[in-house]
Amino acid sequence: MEQGNGKKLVIGVIGADVHAVGIRILEYAFREAGFDVTNLGVMVSQEEFIGAALETAADAIVISSLYGHGELDCRGMRDKMDEAGLDGLLLYVGGNIVVGKQDFVDVEKRFHEMGFDRVFPPGTPPEETIFYLKKDLEVE
Amino acid sequence: MRYALLIDFGSTFTKVTAVDLISEEIIGTASAFTTADSDIGTGLNVALDRLRRVTGDIAFDFKSACSSAAGGLRMMVSGLVPELTAEAARLAALGAGARITRLFTHELTRRDLKDIEADPPDIFLMTGGTDGGNRACMEKNAGKLRSLSVRFPIILAGNRQAIDACEDALEDFPVTVCPNVMPSFGVLNIEPVQREIRDLFLKHIVNARGLSKTKEILSDILMPTPSAILSAMKLLADGTETEPGIGELMGIDVGGATTDVYTVARGEPIDMNVICKGLDEPYAKRTVEGDIGMRYSVAGIVSEVGQPWISECSGLTSDDCAALMSELLYDKSKVPLTNDDAMARFDHALASGAVEIATRRHAGVLEEAFTTSGLVYVQTGKDLRSVRQIIFTGGSFIHAQNPLDIARHALYTERYPMSLRPKKATVLKDDRYILSAMGVLAEREKDIALRIIKRELVSPGDISSGDDS
Ligand code: B12
Repeated sequence: MEQGNGKKLVIGVIGADVHAVGIRILEYAFREAGFDVTNLGVMVSQEEFIGAALETAADAIVISSLYGHGELDCRGMRDKMDEAGLDGLLLYVGGNIVVGKQDFVDVEKRFHEMGFDRVFPPGTPPEETIFYLKKDLEVE
Repeated sequence: MRYALLIDFGSTFTKVTAVDLISEEIIGTASAFTTADSDIGTGLNVALDRLRRVTGDIAFDFKSACSSAAGGLRMMVSGLVPELTAEAARLAALGAGARITRLFTHELTRRDLKDIEADPPDIFLMTGGTDGGNRACMEKNAGKLRSLSVRFPIILAGNRQAIDACEDALEDFPVTVCPNVMPSFGVLNIEPVQREIRDLFLKHIVNARGLSKTKEILSDILMPTPSAILSAMKLLADGTETEPGIGELMGIDVGGATTDVYTVARGEPIDMNVICKGLDEPYAKRTVEGDIGMRYSVAGIVSEVGQPWISECSGLTSDDCAALMSELLYDKSKVPLTNDDAMARFDHALASGAVEIATRRHAGVLEEAFTTSGLVYVQTGKDLRSVRQIIFTGGSFIHAQNPLDIARHALYTERYPMSLRPKKATVLKDDRYILSAMGVLAEREKDIALRIIKRELVSPGDISSGDDS
């Protein structure tokens, strides 16, 4: 395990999504990479992400969505964060965030417009996410 | 011969209980009226004179007390997010027997500070942030409290990274530091704070409450009355090493101004497809409904259940109900004259309503979530459906003509299937108001206190929600 880098992440699976395995793997991978992780598990509401990020003074929120309703579930997340005083906080999303095989360039654009800093296509390995987290949070 | 004297300083009555520690019996009880302002010592002496008439002159091995006199233990609590650290702080204070006069979330405002100055608390509990998490909330609030012209004990129990700065800012307040009430997300750690609250109550509050004059007659123990009751409930549920308890239970105290609900139960999910959300729940939990009470908070009951509900439950017309309500507005000391007069029936409905609302607010709830793979339930709070005992204390219930009908309102019903209240239960009544006294006695004599509670509680019968499946 890498030495702790002092950066705090809040992660979870948003909405009514119960896919529980991927997020455990991400938790493990992020910890191994030196992050301090609060994993909220499955079926996490926007408010729970925000409450946890506030209390833990998180450096980033990483949202996972696998069941296809990601777009609906993520709508308004950035606005709520702004309201809660978390403006500017790094916000990622990934998994299978939309239904079926849509052109990812479009999907990415839509999520960028919703205020997500980075949007990851299906099958993104944890290493890639870790690379970007370290880059965006200026670790090392 | 060994005797113990247990004293309960209340807001209107001082009650004394004498216990024979050898035969393990209550050998006498007495009470005396005490107004909020009058010297509490006078009330105690009158009560003791009356007790002596029953027990004769006996020497007590120790004298211990609990108190809710002069408004009880008045606390303000602050936290960051309402559902998280602020809720943890609230649970901590209530469980320690406090009355929460204000709850603050996020940063204190100028108006908040004015309110604090106008009516300062006995203790201020400051929380916010997980360990290593948010520091700004505690640090800024500490800086703001510093500017006040009043001083009071402050307990710091939030993010440990913020403690140093807070201690510096609050150097001329009596400050104590406790472990974080929510050290990491969703994890509740309130016992250390509760112990500290009790210590402070003993050290500081007792003097401020005119109780110091009674100090010479008291031995060491003095605790807030609700904390004595919770401690008696916990003893009754868990038992001791040598004396078994009766298992998980719920306790209800419908008072004149507030309604307290206690549960000693784990409350974990029973069904398979349930996902738990929110903060951990304390095993021994107390909630207080400040707007639900038989005399000072009648309006709260009526506005929650609705006028028609009260009419139906009492069998009175809505005009009669309205008339009785305004009578109570002017005369809080009004009581039924017979078992079946209009006032008695109105009281029956009020008590039923109070039990209904207060238990619904205390119990956990399920929410349905329709997911693509079917129905999933999300549980917040405790699932109490398998709790099988409900203890009632407090006059409105003890003197009621049909206590079981009132008690039934604490149960699970098809009307509110998402409210996770007990499905059926044996009702137990604290007929002689011994629970607080036994909570105090338990500090020294756990086994004796437990055996007396078990013997003293009487059961008027069992109740069932009728739809047991
Ligand atoms: C097991 C499973 C289930 C189980 C879940 C059990 C459980 N509690 O975990 C059950 C049977 C309950 C289930 C139900 C459903 N499922 Co399903 N399920 C799967 C399955 C087969 C495996 C998921 C899994 O655990 N994978 C292993 C883990 C390690 O991988 P992962 O979850 O993908 O996570 C990794 C990456 O995606 C990535 N990642 C995840 N999140 C994030 C976030 C960020 C920011 C980043 C960078 C990366 C990242 O990193 C993770 C670790 O490597 C997948 C198909 C598949 N092979 O992936 C379908 C799949 C996810 N399910 C699917 C569907 C449609 C459903 C249902 C809607 C089916 C239905 N109609 O009932 C329901 C939805 C239920 C709900 N409310 O959530 C679809 C989603 C399609 C889409 N989005 O377009 C999939 C892809 C199957 C398919 N090809 O159709 N499912």
